[in-house]
This record gives sequence, structure tokens and C-alpha cells, in this order.
Amino acid sequence: MKKITGFVIADILKNKIILIYTLVLAVFAWSVFSLEDNTAKGVLSLLNVILLTVPLVSIIFSNIYMYNSSEFIELLVSQPIQRKTIWLSLFTGLVVSMNLAFIIGVGIPVFIFVPDMTGLFIVITGMLITTIFISIAMLCSILSRDKARGIGIAIMTWLFLTLIYDGLVLFMMFQFSDYPIEKPMVIVTALNPIDLARIMVLLQVDVTALMGYTGAIFKHIFGTSFGLIISFGLMMLWIIIPFLISWKKFRNKDL
Amino acid sequence: MIELIHIKKNFGKTEVLKDISIQLAAGQCIGLIGPNACGKTTMIKSILSMVIPTSGEILFNGKNIIGDVAYKNHIGYMPQIGRYPENMSISQVINMIKNIRKYNGQIDDELWYAFGLDGVSDKKMRTLSGGTTQKVSATLAFLFNPDILILDEPTAGLDPLAAEVLRDKIIKERKKGKLILITSHLLNELDELLSHVIFMQEGEIVLYKTIGDLYTETGEVKISKAIGNLLKSTLK
Repeated sequence: MKKITGFVIADILKNKIILIYTLVLAVFAWSVFSLEDNTAKGVLSLLNVILLTVPLVSIIFSNIYMYNSSEFIELLVSQPIQRKTIWLSLFTGLVVSMNLAFIIGVGIPVFIFVPDMTGLFIVITGMLITTIFISIAMLCSILSRDKARGIGIAIMTWLFLTLIYDGLVLFMMFQFSDYPIEKPMVIVTALNPIDLARIMVLLQVDVTALMGYTGAIFKHIFGTSFGLIISFGLMMLWIIIPFLISWKKFRNKDL
Repeated sequence: MIELIHIKKNFGKTEVLKDISIQLAAGQCIGLIGPNACGKTTMIKSILSMVIPTSGEILFNGKNIIGDVAYKNHIGYMPQIGRYPENMSISQVINMIKNIRKYNGQIDDELWYAFGLDGVSDKKMRTLSGGTTQKVSATLAFLFNPDILILDEPTAGLDPLAAEVLRDKIIKERKKGKLILITSHLLNELDELLSHVIFMQEGEIVLYKTIGDLYTETGEVKISKAIGNLLKSTLK
């Protein structure tokens, strides 16, 4: 398992896209903190950039990487190696290298400019988001043999979770604004990993006071340590469940 | 050594393998022949658990292969179309497989030199011609001195010289008492190699005989003609 993971990591790190991704993240993070005097504002701008780009790059890169590895996978399956080892190694390799890019790009400037809990939260949620979208990408890649279709599914998933989902939530809010919908709203929001990550960081920055009654409810539920554990638990489920489904499918896949 | 018991495989609605039961023993050199799409490659891939049968069992030395991978240490497999990571060089691929298989015995690199791969070992896999890729596949199959060799269309795409090299190597390994399973459409090539013949048609094994029996039954001395004869008589 270690050897194959090593091969995967070495292979990904040789890829120039990962290098560019790291550089772009670094440029964003350094410029955001250099331009803003107020670190809280800097954190919010950075958060928006991260929550848009990190999922997109993670899901597309991992998805294409999985399709390009089909020969590698086929070769390994004909050798005395457990399919479980192959699948886990690919996942670990992607997780390690994508998170490494994120830590170098975003982690270093964040720890320099915001060396407190907020900074730690940005990095941790960013890493969780990266891992979640790798897990989803692996699932998308095994749902279809056709590369174009697989990448299409991945893009649609990203689009749904970043844009469409929030649109639907807003629509629902306006439709049911006469009813006490704050609590159902919390549940609906918690089901989307990107919204969950946003709330986790926002609560640390303490701008929830500006968000009115809903903000207060969010603070009340997610601000406690219990709420925090639930949020982390939900993020972990977003990693584990897609991975387990993809692994189940891979175990019975004909190559 | 290998036993298939009531193996069935469906791809969607098409039945590719229809209830195949067969025993393969050490020392045999078996030619697996049959028309296109008769299930030869699927059968081979299910032995390697690259394809998971819909039902039935495959035993390796009496042990079910489901959930086991150690048995693949005894198998050298040469695929019909070798697919390798494109941006790795030939030597990187070979070294990676050496690295992954924890093999302590003598490495058999005879084919590596016989095919002249040492001269092109830095070339990337994506730049190789079909024939050179086949040479890499063949080298990998024989590299770890396996007890069983499974060769899917070994000479397709090879030039006559390389095909001759591979043929000699197969004969040499056969003398060591290994189990060799070859699929091929070029029946003339197989004449001196084989001890047994399996003929498959539409996912079923039509015939599994020793070469001697085949010749005496048909009165021919060439596999191609003997099979042709037999098919004609069964059709009548």
C-alpha cells in the first residue's frame, strides 16, 4: 500500500497543474491579506475564493486523474495486489498531494497573517473540503466508463453544491418566509458541505451578529462545541460515504 | 492447478460465459481457440479475477480465489492489448512491478535482452508501437518465473523474428513442466507447442482434448485442419 501510494503521490506532484494550483492559491491568499488592513475582511474574501475554487479544482483534477489512471489500475489488478489496496492508495495519494498544495498555498500565509483559531479553522475546513471533493470525484469516475460523461457528472455535482443548492435554499426561504423556518433552514444548510464549511469559519470571525435572527440561530446551534462536533461529523460523512460507495463499485468492476 | 466450476458471466443481457467447468493441470500447454467474441478473454480475465463471474467458483490449488490475491504470484499474464501508464518509461514500468511484487527468486530477464528492450528502456510507454508494447507485456509475464503462464494472443502484432523468440521461450518454459494457456487465431503457430486444445464457441466449451486424440479422431496432423474437420462433422 505504501509503495503504490508513493507512486501515486510522485506521479501527481510531477504534474504541472498541481504546481499552478498551489501558486494561484498562494497569490490569492498573499494578496488578500496584503490588500486588506482588517484581517477579518481578509478572511472573508479568502473564504469566498476558497469555497469556489478548491472544490472545483479538487473534483475536476481528481476525476481526470482517475480516468487517466485506468491503465495503471488495470495493470495493478492483474498483479497480486488487493483491489482494496489499489483504491485506498489512489485515494490517499490524491488526498495527500491535493492537501499539500492547499497547505503550501493557503496554509502558510494564513498562519502568518491570522495565527489564531480563525486561521486554523480556514485551513482545516479547506482540507476537509478538498478531501470531500476527492471522494466525490472518485465516485463520479466509477459511475461511468465514459470519460466525458464522468467529468460532466463531476462538474454538475460541483455546480449543484456551490450554486444551485444555495439558489434553491434562497427560493425556499422567500416562499416560506411567513413561517418559522429557521430550524429547518439550519438542517438544510448543514447537508451541504460547502455551506457547512462557510458557517464554521463565519462563526469564528464573529460576523454573525450582522446576519440578524438567522445568524443568532446559527450561532446558537453551530457555535456550541456540540454543534462543532456535529459539523465535523457531517463533513466526515461526506468523505466516508462517497468513498465507500465507490469502493463497493470498484470491488465488483470488470476491467 | 486451476479449476473452474459452473462459471457464468453476463455483461448486461449478453451471456458471455455459459456454465463453464474445466480443470487445468500443471505440465499442460493448452491452446484456447475459437471465433471472435466467444468468451476466451473473459474466461482468462476471470481466472485473474479482473472480471468477476456472475456465478460459479474458481479454485486455485483447491482454494477459492475470491478475496485472495496471493495466487497471482504464481501467474504470469500477457494481455491481448497491454495498457500501461502513458508517461512512464519501459524501465519504470518494469521496476514498479518488480517493486510491488515481493519476489525473492531469480528474475528471468531473458526476453528483456532477446527483444532488445534494454536499448529502448528510457522510452515512454505512450510513444511505443503496438509491437514493442507487446514485447513489454511478454517480458513482464515471464519475469517472475511463474508456474502458470497465461498468454492472450501473444504473437499478434509482433514481427516474425520477435514471434520466433517468444515461441522458443514458450517451448523452453513448457519443458520445465509449467501450465501454459495460450489463445491464438494463428493456428499454424500452435502445432508444435500444444499438448491440449480447448475450442470455445458462444461462451461454451465445445471441445477439450489432447492433441493426440484430436489427430487420431480426425486423421489430420495439423491443428487448423483437424479443428476444421471436427467442426464440419459436428455441423452435419
